[in-house]
Amino acid sequence: MGAVTVRVLFFASLREAVREDALDLRLPSGATVADLRALLAERLSGFSEEAVRAIADGDVRIAINQRLEQSPDARLAAGDEVAFLPPITGG
Amino acid sequence: MNVSIRVQREDFSLSDEWSALRARTGAGAGAIAAFAGVVREDAREGTPTQILYLEHYPGMTESSIADIVREAEGRWPLDDVVIVHRVGELAPGDQIVLVLVASAHRAAAFAACEFLMDYLKTRAVFWKKETRGAASEWIRSTEDDFDRAASWKGEDGAAGD
Repeated sequence: MGAVTVRVLFFASLREAVREDALDLRLPSGATVADLRALLAERLSGFSEEAVRAIADGDVRIAINQRLEQSPDARLAAGDEVAFLPPITGG
Repeated sequence: MNVSIRVQREDFSLSDEWSALRARTGAGAGAIAAFAGVVREDAREGTPTQILYLEHYPGMTESSIADIVREAEGRWPLDDVVIVHRVGELAPGDQIVLVLVASAHRAAAFAACEFLMDYLKTRAVFWKKETRGAASEWIRSTEDDFDRAASWKGEDGAAGD
């Protein structure tokens, strides 16, 4: 099996919690959103428990290539931009 | 229908935006509604807000606003919509958001302007951090914000004049 690299973005409270705004993550090809969450939670295990739990459990919404993605089974492709979006508020 | 959406650090001028919209719409748009939001000095927690920091996701933020405008267009006959939303560090008294809506009649202009603001509060991709004294906190939409946005749900295209 090959591997794909995706770009992961963090915003707002999550960006502060994990002290990164972006990182590249290698995943086995065919990996899903759920796989990405699990792998990220492992990689970020030293950071705020609350943030890691939110990433792992699906409490934080994600967007793939700037479109919201609800399904944990959605598959990721090489070069995808996966953004973790804490609760939003504008206006 | 002209739609202009801008996310910027710089301040905006209501009169400049107004003149530009008037030049585009001419005499056809009989009603123009304007809303400007200003950072409020909120002393509820004892210490007043000193800084409001707004973060966005370039690209997705603009498209989230475009989705909201499309929804408004589906409900009311609109001629022109301008939305300017600021990001970065703002202080109490600073302008934060501008919504201009032009339509043939006032009912649509008023309603769409309010709808756009209610949806900006809950659906546009922004994050706000409030600093009071030594404490900083990321803030969420309030229950009232969600109630207001939800109150538009059943009223599809209810644009009577």
